[in-house]
Amino acid sequence: MSLTLENLSRIVDGVDYIRDANLTFEAGSFNVLLGRTLAGKTSLMRLMAGLDKPTGGRLIYNGEDVTGQSVQRRNISMIYQQFINYPNLSVYENIASPLRLAKMPESEIDRRVKETAAMLQIEPLLKRFPLELSGGQQQRTAMARALVKDATLVLFDEPLVNLDYKLREELRAELRDLFRERQCIAVYATTEANEALALGGTTTLLHEGHVVQSGPVMDVYRKPVSTLAAQLFSEPPMNLVRGRVFDTELSFGEDTRHALTQELANLKPGDYWFGIRPSHIALAPANDDDLEIPVEVALSEISGSETFMHVESRHFDMVTQSMGVHQYHTGAPIKVYLPMNKLFVFDTHEQLVHTPSLASGREV
Amino acid sequence: MKQARSKNVAITVFIALLLMPVYWLLNMSFKTNQEILGGLTMWPENFTLDNYVVIFTDPSWYNGYLNSMAYVTINVIITLLVALPAAYAFSRYKFLGDKHLFFWLLSNRMAPPAVFLLPFFQLYSSIGLFDTHIAVALAHCLFNVPLAVWILEGFMKGVPREYDEMAYIDGYSFPRFFIKVFLPMIRSGIGVTAFFAFMFSWVELLLARTLTSVDAQPIGAIMTRTIGASGIDWGVLAAAGVLTIIPGLLVIWFVRNHVAKGFALGRV
Repeated sequence: MSLTLENLSRIVDGVDYIRDANLTFEAGSFNVLLGRTLAGKTSLMRLMAGLDKPTGGRLIYNGEDVTGQSVQRRNISMIYQQFINYPNLSVYENIASPLRLAKMPESEIDRRVKETAAMLQIEPLLKRFPLELSGGQQQRTAMARALVKDATLVLFDEPLVNLDYKLREELRAELRDLFRERQCIAVYATTEANEALALGGTTTLLHEGHVVQSGPVMDVYRKPVSTLAAQLFSEPPMNLVRGRVFDTELSFGEDTRHALTQELANLKPGDYWFGIRPSHIALAPANDDDLEIPVEVALSEISGSETFMHVESRHFDMVTQSMGVHQYHTGAPIKVYLPMNKLFVFDTHEQLVHTPSLASGREV
Repeated sequence: MKQARSKNVAITVFIALLLMPVYWLLNMSFKTNQEILGGLTMWPENFTLDNYVVIFTDPSWYNGYLNSMAYVTINVIITLLVALPAAYAFSRYKFLGDKHLFFWLLSNRMAPPAVFLLPFFQLYSSIGLFDTHIAVALAHCLFNVPLAVWILEGFMKGVPREYDEMAYIDGYSFPRFFIKVFLPMIRSGIGVTAFFAFMFSWVELLLARTLTSVDAQPIGAIMTRTIGASGIDWGVLAAAGVLTIIPGLLVIWFVRNHVAKGFALGRV
C-alpha cells in the first residue's frame, strides 16, 4: 500500500500552487509537510484528497491511477485548522456520520464510535453538541470522526494551530501514539520546525510550491540539501554567513582569520556560505578552536527561559539563542563563539558541501 | 439618575405616538358604526365583536384573506426554491461576470412595480393566468428572488467552504449534503429570507390588485371596495385592518432574533 505523486502540479493563472511534486507515501508512515505560509502544504493535501484537480501529473494509489476520482469514492479523512464539525449533530452523531453514510450496521457503529471516543478521551461528551465544547474538545471530535472510519489516507492541515500551547503539546503526543499501530498514511502539515521534529517520521520541506527536500526527519534535519532547506528546518532560521576559505584559514571579513580545524581541512579554497543554528552560538568559549567573533547587540529579547539576540558585525547579522535570561543593552559590544564542529558549509550555489559530523552523545 | 429618567420618558412618549394609530384601529374595530361616527371616545363604550363576526362569516371578506395567504405562501416557496441554489452558486463558485450579475440582481429592486404592471397584465391575460394565485406569486418573485439571493448569499458566505469538503470526505453526495448539512446550518438565514419575502408579498397591493379580479382577489383590494350604499362600514374595515396586521406580527415574532442580521443581508 502506497500513494505516489508523479509530477503532480497545480498551476492556476501562472501561479505555482504546486509544481512537479514527486513523492511516495507508504502505508503506516507518518509524514510531515513543513513549510511557511503559502508554501503549498494545503494545496498539496487538497490534491492528494481529490478536493482540487491537478493541472498536471498523476496520483497513484497501489498502482492504480486515482487522479480523477471523486472525493466521495476515496477513503480519506481530513482535519482542518478550524474546528469543523456538524453543528446540528451531537458529538456521537458527528463521529458516527461517516459510518452511517457507509451503511454500517447500527451495532458496529455504536461499538466503533465508543471505542474511538474513548481513545480520544471524549466519551463523557458524546451527548453534547460541538459548539458547547472547548476548542480542544472540538478538535478531538473532528479527529475522532476522521479516525473512526479506517481511512487509508488521513490528512491533518495544521490541526493544532488554534489551540493553546499546553493543549497542543498534549494532543500532539497523543496523535503520534494513535498512529503508531495504524496502517494508514498520515500526512501532517505544519509551519513549525519544532513540531516536525517532535512528530518524527518523514519530513517533506515545501517552499513556494516546490518540494525542497524529503526524507526521514533526522536526515533532513542533519543534512539540509541547500541553504533554503536549512533555513526552513530551523527555528529561528539558521544563520548564514558569507566566508572565504584560504589554504588553511577561514575568514568572514577581511580582518579576522581563523585556522581551519581538521573537520573543515578538506574544503577547497574559495567562497562559501557557512551556516550555524542560533542555538549553537555560545556567549562563552567552550573549545579552543571556537571562532571568536566580536559583534554588537542590535536587539535582545527574552522568551520564556531563553534569550534571543540579534547581533551585528560589519559583514553580517546573526541570531543567537541561549538558555537562561541574559540582559544586554542595545549597542553593547560582546563576543560570540561559533563552534567549528557545528558549521554547515554550502557552496556559492547554496548547495550543501559539508555537514557537521555527529560527535557521540552530542546534539547537532 | 435624572438623565436616565428623562430618557425613559422620551422613549415612552415616542412609543405611545408610534402605537397611536394601531391603538385607534383596534379601538375602532370593537365599536359600532354609530359610536365611531358619533363622537370621540377613547375606548369602546358598547364593546362589540360584530365587526369580526361579519368578516369570519361573509365569504367575500374571508376569501380575501385566503387568497392573500395562498399567493404569499406560493411566492415564499418559489422564492426559496429558486434563490437557495442561486445563492449557493454565488457564494461558492467563480464564473464569468458573477459580480456584475450579482449587482444586477439587486438593481432589479430599484424598478417601481408600476413599471411592470402593463407587461404582466398583458402577458397573464394572453396565457390565461389572469386572476390566479400563481400569477400574483410569480409577479412578486420578480422582486423577492433578487433580495432573497442577496440575503442568502450573505448567510452562506458565513459558512466556511471546509464544511462542504468535510461532508464530501465523509461520503455525502451533493444533494444530500445540501439538504441535511448545509440548510440546517443557515436555517436562520432561510427564516429571515422567508420573512422578507412574506412581508413584501403581503403588503404589496398594486400588482396583486391589478392581476386579479374575483377568484384571487387579495384582502387589500377588498378593503378598498367596502363603500356600500349606506356609506363606509368603518367598524368592519377597522376589524379587517387588525386582522391584516396579525399575520405580520406572528411572522416577526418567529424571526425576531435574526431580523437585524437579515437587514444587513447576513453580513453582520
